[in-house]
Amino acid sequence: MKLTVDGLLVYFPYDYIYPEQYAYMLELKRALDAKGHGLLEMPSGTGKTISLLSLIVAYMIHNPHHVRKLIYCSRTVPEIEKVLEELKNLIKYYEKCQGEKPSITGVVLTSRKNLCIHPEVSREREGKLVDGKCHSLTASYIRDRHESDNSVPICQFYEGFNREGKESMLPYGVYTIDDMKQYGADRNWCPYFLSRFAIIHAEIVVYSYHYLLDPKIAEVVSKEMHREAVVVFDEAHNIDNVCIDSLSVKVTRRTIDRSTMALQQLEKTVAQIREADAARLTVEYEQMVEGLRQAAVQRETDAVLGNPILPDDVLNEVVPGNIRNAEHFLSFLKRFIEYIKTRLRIQHVVQESPAGFLKDVQARVCIERKPLRFCATRLSSLMKTLEIPDPSNFASLTLITHLATLVSTYTKGFTIIIEPFDDKTPTVSNPILHFSCMDSSIAMRPVFARFQSVIITSGTLSPLDMYPKILDFNPVIMSSFTMTLARPCILPMIVSKGSDQVAISSKYETREDVAVIRNYGQLLVEISASVPDGVVCFFTSYLYLESVVGAWYDQGVVASLQRHKLLFIETQDSAETSFALINYIKACESGRGAVLLSVARGKVSEGVDFDHHLGRAVLMFGIPYVFTQSRILKARLDYLRDQFQIRENDFLTFDAMRHAAQCVGRALRGKTDYGIMIFADKRFSRADKRTKLPRWIQEHLKDSLCNLSTEEAVQICKRWLRQMAQPFTREDQLGVSLLTLAQLQSEEQQEKIEKQVIQK
Amino acid sequence: MTTSSEDVLLSVGGVRYKKGDGTLYVMAQRLAWMLENRDTVAVSHKYADIKTQKISPVGKPKVQLQVVLHDGTCSTFHFVNAAGADAQAKDRDQVKMLLQNLLPKFKRQIDGELEMKSRLLSLHPTLKHLYEDLVISKVINSEEYWNTPTLKTYTESNNIKQEAGVSGAFLADIQPQTDGCNGLKYNLTQDIIDAIFKTYPAVRKKHIDYVPNKMTEAEFWTKFFQSHYFHRDRIASSSSKDLFGECAKMDDQAIASAMKHTTLDLTVDLPQFTENIPMLPTEEDCAPERDRGDNASIHRNMIKRFNQHSIMVLKASHKTNSSNNNNNSSNKTTNNNKVVENGVKESNGVGEKRPAEESAEQPDKKKRILEKLHYEDLEDRPGNEEAQELKLSKIERYLLGPSSQSHQTHTQTNNPPPLSALASICQAWSSGQQCQRPVRVSAGACVGALGELSPGGALMRHHHAASMAQLIPPDVKSELHRIYLSGGELLRELWRCFPQPGAAADTEDTSARAEKFYEALLRFRNVKLRPFEEKMLRDLTPLATTLTRHMNQMIDTACSKYAVWQQRQAKLR
Repeated sequence: MKLTVDGLLVYFPYDYIYPEQYAYMLELKRALDAKGHGLLEMPSGTGKTISLLSLIVAYMIHNPHHVRKLIYCSRTVPEIEKVLEELKNLIKYYEKCQGEKPSITGVVLTSRKNLCIHPEVSREREGKLVDGKCHSLTASYIRDRHESDNSVPICQFYEGFNREGKESMLPYGVYTIDDMKQYGADRNWCPYFLSRFAIIHAEIVVYSYHYLLDPKIAEVVSKEMHREAVVVFDEAHNIDNVCIDSLSVKVTRRTIDRSTMALQQLEKTVAQIREADAARLTVEYEQMVEGLRQAAVQRETDAVLGNPILPDDVLNEVVPGNIRNAEHFLSFLKRFIEYIKTRLRIQHVVQESPAGFLKDVQARVCIERKPLRFCATRLSSLMKTLEIPDPSNFASLTLITHLATLVSTYTKGFTIIIEPFDDKTPTVSNPILHFSCMDSSIAMRPVFARFQSVIITSGTLSPLDMYPKILDFNPVIMSSFTMTLARPCILPMIVSKGSDQVAISSKYETREDVAVIRNYGQLLVEISASVPDGVVCFFTSYLYLESVVGAWYDQGVVASLQRHKLLFIETQDSAETSFALINYIKACESGRGAVLLSVARGKVSEGVDFDHHLGRAVLMFGIPYVFTQSRILKARLDYLRDQFQIRENDFLTFDAMRHAAQCVGRALRGKTDYGIMIFADKRFSRADKRTKLPRWIQEHLKDSLCNLSTEEAVQICKRWLRQMAQPFTREDQLGVSLLTLAQLQSEEQQEKIEKQVIQK
Repeated sequence: MTTSSEDVLLSVGGVRYKKGDGTLYVMAQRLAWMLENRDTVAVSHKYADIKTQKISPVGKPKVQLQVVLHDGTCSTFHFVNAAGADAQAKDRDQVKMLLQNLLPKFKRQIDGELEMKSRLLSLHPTLKHLYEDLVISKVINSEEYWNTPTLKTYTESNNIKQEAGVSGAFLADIQPQTDGCNGLKYNLTQDIIDAIFKTYPAVRKKHIDYVPNKMTEAEFWTKFFQSHYFHRDRIASSSSKDLFGECAKMDDQAIASAMKHTTLDLTVDLPQFTENIPMLPTEEDCAPERDRGDNASIHRNMIKRFNQHSIMVLKASHKTNSSNNNNNSSNKTTNNNKVVENGVKESNGVGEKRPAEESAEQPDKKKRILEKLHYEDLEDRPGNEEAQELKLSKIERYLLGPSSQSHQTHTQTNNPPPLSALASICQAWSSGQQCQRPVRVSAGACVGALGELSPGGALMRHHHAASMAQLIPPDVKSELHRIYLSGGELLRELWRCFPQPGAAADTEDTSARAEKFYEALLRFRNVKLRPFEEKMLRDLTPLATTLTRHMNQMIDTACSKYAVWQQRQAKLR
């Protein structure tokens, strides 16, 4: 249908529309009009993606000078593929209505592993190996060598692209990963570099968070994006963690060992070259002196990783003298690594600030701050000079240089923690140096500054006001939408006690209590006996999951569970978990029904949907607080308190509740779907927890559902399931949760929608 | 019939058969008897034909042996050895022993079909009734009977047995009982053993290897229950003593290979979810092998076992299905391949060298994505438009079935079209209501009226379908039921013989068949229905005619249809 959103003609590729989709578009348009940033929460499964795409594409077509580009960032590869398919649908709809394709190109960028079509390289399964092999075929010096010596292998696809690809633009249309590969295969062009090239000009770019947030990659990939762009972060409830991870480094003893080895290899190579071709090193030295590093034409294939620090913080100076010479630099690095090695040789936990660390470095091994800052660039320059064929062997060394650069650049918002052993196994020495970012706004700030509109959206962002604080930005709109429903298709419940009236909670003091574990087990057994098909449970941690399963086996809970459904459990091995998952799906589809025990914050809870029969009930056993004894977390909490005046408890609860909501939200994908959401912990019924749930869940969480025992919950489930099993037709939805164009335009409805939007 | 080449296993002289003396030969394939001084075999029974043998009791003066054949006839051999009763008995016993050994060998292979049929009849009482009514009363012959579709579904569906799945908790259901003196008793049924074998092929293999050569069945299972394999919370002992130590390893391998060979659905392929940063060590690289405390590893192992158990149970119950669907799936995969070949064109000069499997999964992948993002309620279902509307010229005919047509030719006035009647009644009611709306009946009166109208009320005295059921004695009811059953079978067969519109049936065959069933139907009416009716006239006078009216009506309809069809056939010729 074609609808007008606040005067803007929007093509929406469906015949009907949800009221909240319209409301969402209204808000989104306000943000675009104001050229500001926005924070929007809308329940999963209400067509967030298509609303976003339809509105922004329409906006781009009507205001080509205001918004030139849409950068759509999503988290997982399947998500990215879904976005592309939706975009394709939309463009197809435009084509159908207008008779011609709109002049819009949509491209995807993903790692080489997903895009490579080289017959040998693409056979590698691991991303790292693909990158390495690709580099060894496409690096500029390899290609130079190929000029003189035909036997040096190069990649024909890259050559093809290099020869012809850069002159022509991609024809209008949307290119999914497979389309890209097909397009490349047809023309003998490398799809990866084609994408890299195409995203500069394409109107719509879909890629993963890293390409924009991680300075190491962003510098290489997303440098030339316009300011007049709309950036969308979808599924952004975890965006602060992504920011933090992109600036944090973890060094273990293994890293040290590997980088020492890599360093020795480099020394050997330098010595060889010094004998054979000293001129090359001299040229490099000269370049350093003149600061020509930037001026040298950086071939796209050579730049594997950029600087780990943000572009604003990169010093525009020449490389300091004491590391210009290759040998000097290597010995410099050696000293630094030795220093870290000694730091790792400790008996107790050490926490210090980057400044303290730098001072210590200076005092002990006489390394100054400034040369440290250049470590990362200096190493990549050296590797290029040395013509290292496969840089993936030097991963650990690269990591060390990143540490050096980061630690010497940022003194605020970071902390260094050195732990001699894991807290759980104090006897085993396993020292780790964490260089941890505590401020998620550091990585985010340049994005907010650089682009005109940044939209952060997800199904579970509540409480909304936390994000502007921790990401340090000022949104022009901040709204949460509920789901209009013609029938109560979610049933959230808080089960606070077992049948024996013992309170259930994953509180630290009681979580190992036999009665609590038994009550959890009983709840699950009863639910699995009365709920059809799939049941998913989330535990607060792997450790707790393991101990509970052990206890359940002894108590016979597992046996009675198996009597009703098949049992699958998430493990720490993701391949194994994938296999269990696919069998879980099979079991649900064959009608046998299955129970999946999984972990909040685990991979399953973050990326797998349990729609329809795959998840008729989701149980959240306990509140998924992050492991509060972690020193990194403590440091971050302290920092948040000092810098942003966020109380520890507020942040912890916020974090736990967004994860809980994320877990239970997995069960619902769309309005025809239905699912039970059980929060099994007494503490959920407290106001400070309950009010932090997303509005669309809160709305259905009536007071009468907040303090239930197992039996009561099961009774309510049974009644509700019977109700849900009744036929549900479009006619039931129309006018309430589903609108035709005519209904949408009616004044009454418009008013209703206006009211729905809750501005915060 | 003197097949000379057959081995004669035993020949006994002095055997009398039907008052002639001769020799009895026990041969490899048959039992034969030859009259003295003749060349021709007078009696020859194949072992396969022999049902049983009988011998005369010991004390009897005549020493005899009788063989009973499957068709009910029997031959009696009288042993008249001149040497006396003892010798006669000895001769007879010799023959008896030999036959005893020989007969079972031949019995099974021939009897298979017959046995199956008789078993089927004994299993299903309704089939047996049908058989009695139709075959034994000679309405149709046995062969026709077994070829009717009802029977076919029985015989054929039994061939493809639907295998029962495996319960997820079968291991847990083996509950040990203490026997009072520090021991445990496990109750093991054949079902459980089957389930274990089906789910854990490794155990089956062990069982084949060890039982009964190396240990007894009981020992094997004792070991099984003692093993860590059964008790999942015990740590696997690496000692070679444990019989099932290997099993766990074999299971691991099986799962691992299955893991390797399954193409994961993209929505659950966790390792592929995130894009790692190139050139930096990933999580797995950094984390060294996790040192495992004992406690944790038990649990971890257990979790692994649970997953494996579920996966294997699922596999065990899928096995049979998959073999059935084999054709389907192979078709599908070839299709996929074709699509891909068309989809991914050969690029200029460069051979497409991507692994075939990868490209084959792509259409599936795309389908899966589309499925995931499809909002069924946002889109108009195209299916609605495509569905054909049913256009009926005569709705009554559709509702009443084709029989009304043939009826109309005979008895047009018999049944007033019920639909229109109903409509007129409804109209009468509604109009009546409209004009008299203000006058409402009191609640008490309403309840009273309802009571009167309920079965047993004053207005429901006339016999009605519901009350009729109460009036008929149970034996008559069951008899009627049987008549319906067998009559229905015949009627259906007859109707099936009429040509269907659109289906080009070979008329020769069907008309012959139709005639046969038509006659069978008439015979049925004479042999079964008429006696029943007469009996009813005698016993249950008020109901007699009504009971069979419908049956008769159905038979009449079929017969008239047959007559019409015959006429048309005759015209066509």
